Amino acid sequence: MEIVCPAGTPAALRAAVKAGAHTVYCGFNDETNARNFPGLNFDREEMRMGVAFAHTHGAKVLVAINTFPRAGDQSIWHRAIDDARHSGADAIILADPGLLAYAARAHPDLRLHLSVQAAAANADIINFYAGTFGVKRVVLPRVLSVPEIAAINAETEVETEVFVFGGLCVMAEGRCSLSSYATGLSPNMNGVCSPASHVEYRDDNGALDAQLGGYTIHRVAKDEPAPYPTLCKGCFSAGSQTGHLFEDPVSLNAEQLIPQLQKAGVTALKIEGRQRSKSYVAQVVRNFRTAVDALEAGRPLPQGMLTRLSEGQAMTTGAYKKTWR
Amino acid sequence: MELTVGPNQFFWPAEKWSAFYRDLAEAPVDRVVLGELVCSKRLPFYQDCIPEALAALTEAGKEAVLTSLALVTLNRERKLTADLAAMGVTVEVNDLTALAHLPKGLGFHVGPLVNVYNEGTLAWLASLGAKRICLPPELPLASVETLARAGAGLGVAIEVWGHGRLPLAISGRCYHARLHKRTKDNCQFACEDDSDGLEVRTLDGQPFMAMNGVQTLSDSYACADYQIEALAAAGVAALRLSPQSQGFFRLCQTYRERLNGTSPAGTIASEVLRRLPGTRLSDGFLTGPSGVSWSAAPAIP
Repeated sequence: MEIVCPAGTPAALRAAVKAGAHTVYCGFNDETNARNFPGLNFDREEMRMGVAFAHTHGAKVLVAINTFPRAGDQSIWHRAIDDARHSGADAIILADPGLLAYAARAHPDLRLHLSVQAAAANADIINFYAGTFGVKRVVLPRVLSVPEIAAINAETEVETEVFVFGGLCVMAEGRCSLSSYATGLSPNMNGVCSPASHVEYRDDNGALDAQLGGYTIHRVAKDEPAPYPTLCKGCFSAGSQTGHLFEDPVSLNAEQLIPQLQKAGVTALKIEGRQRSKSYVAQVVRNFRTAVDALEAGRPLPQGMLTRLSEGQAMTTGAYKKTWR
Repeated sequence: MELTVGPNQFFWPAEKWSAFYRDLAEAPVDRVVLGELVCSKRLPFYQDCIPEALAALTEAGKEAVLTSLALVTLNRERKLTADLAAMGVTVEVNDLTALAHLPKGLGFHVGPLVNVYNEGTLAWLASLGAKRICLPPELPLASVETLARAGAGLGVAIEVWGHGRLPLAISGRCYHARLHKRTKDNCQFACEDDSDGLEVRTLDGQPFMAMNGVQTLSDSYACADYQIEALAAAGVAALRLSPQSQGFFRLCQTYRERLNGTSPAGTIASEVLRRLPGTRLSDGFLTGPSGVSWSAAPAIP
């Protein structure tokens, strides 16, 4: 199986490639990609160099252009597609049907992947995208169980890519406006979720409050580590209960499900985290590469290989196990 | 401008559901979208009431439209979606999966849960037969203006979210079930107890969201009262009112009067606040700094 790794910077790209990534995904440093954070991502020249470096080392590069273009300003996104093509990218990852139509028309030889932001969650819509735009791979939304993924693969020729490690989106991606409701900045339009610019920590009589957009969604004792206030992983009250009503502040780790995902026909395993450091990326990549190499060679999967990366942080297999729902 | 009633987002008992649409046949609205949007497990409880509601609405001169499910994953849901076209009623697509099943050449509508953010996607949907698109509630007025212009050139009517709790997110996971320590498969229909969603507060006790099964809504009720003139000037064809269990027919009348020009801006908001005290209103997605903002609220000093 193909390991698809995040690269938020040219240094992270080189680190991921050297650590054994089959494929790296990255984006331009603007609102055209869904990890539009300050200091991250690639300018045009960096992208060209990054692709050349990866190709020299036998790795592929996918360029994510997976936000939804702003009405009246589509040319910014069209130019990103053109530039990704000219940088030599092996594929581009798109979510917006208008962009898919543009890419299929303007660059018929360019390989198209359907972003998780398109939330294509069944074989009918995946085959529809393939038939309409020639999409070759779909990144499946994190709302499906392993048997459901197997059923999808049985009904489509489109390759499937699934998230195995990193942040966990609890809501169907590309269809969530919680962040723009609270802060005015949106994953779909601005490429950000629960943006740091709207985070505030407050000392409240010995407790530390974490606020997003003025809403207090975490409270810990002063000496406890304060989790980042992501909306869907916040602490809320409903009925008579107070707690993490949507999801705990956990990350996704499906490393032990890799054999099942392989049996389910999954082509590629995606690691989340373009905002992570190059050393983190290298370490995660090395571990996952070891795991898939072991699997290919018929050896058992190394146990708990990523524990040290998730120090103090809880892990979940999310929707891959049906009981999560 | 016309008024469209969107699909009921909540789980109401069959009797209440039927009575709502029976009454709606008399309401001053032009179009009614009905059917199950949020959770396929709810549909069997009122499915048999749908033909009667469709007939009553059509007979009263309203356009009746059937919604597709917002998130299609299970085989049962794929089949439900595929069967929609056979009902002989216009379909509102709320997950693009429905496009895979609609017969070619058959016109359709697009609901607010499909990401139509720009002219490219609008034009693509128009080329497939879209006749009407209700834009995602998240879009600012500037985008609405651009898309309404593009829609006019392509023969696509543009609709905007007018009133009701905003659909902010949809998930594979059922939060109502989780709150009751159940899974989605064994939810025992926990969402039925909350006919307008269950209020979700922050740790400071501030109202923030509402849970509705697998859906997450805003606590505030979006209200287009102060934006109607701007939306009309932009060329918006219709406002969408989202069903709520209290005072909905009066709300339809109030919006009708506002659209007819017989009442000034602020009338709807003040009436809502008088009839349902404690309701929080918002229109921030259109013009404010964030979705929760309310243009009539005093500015923070």
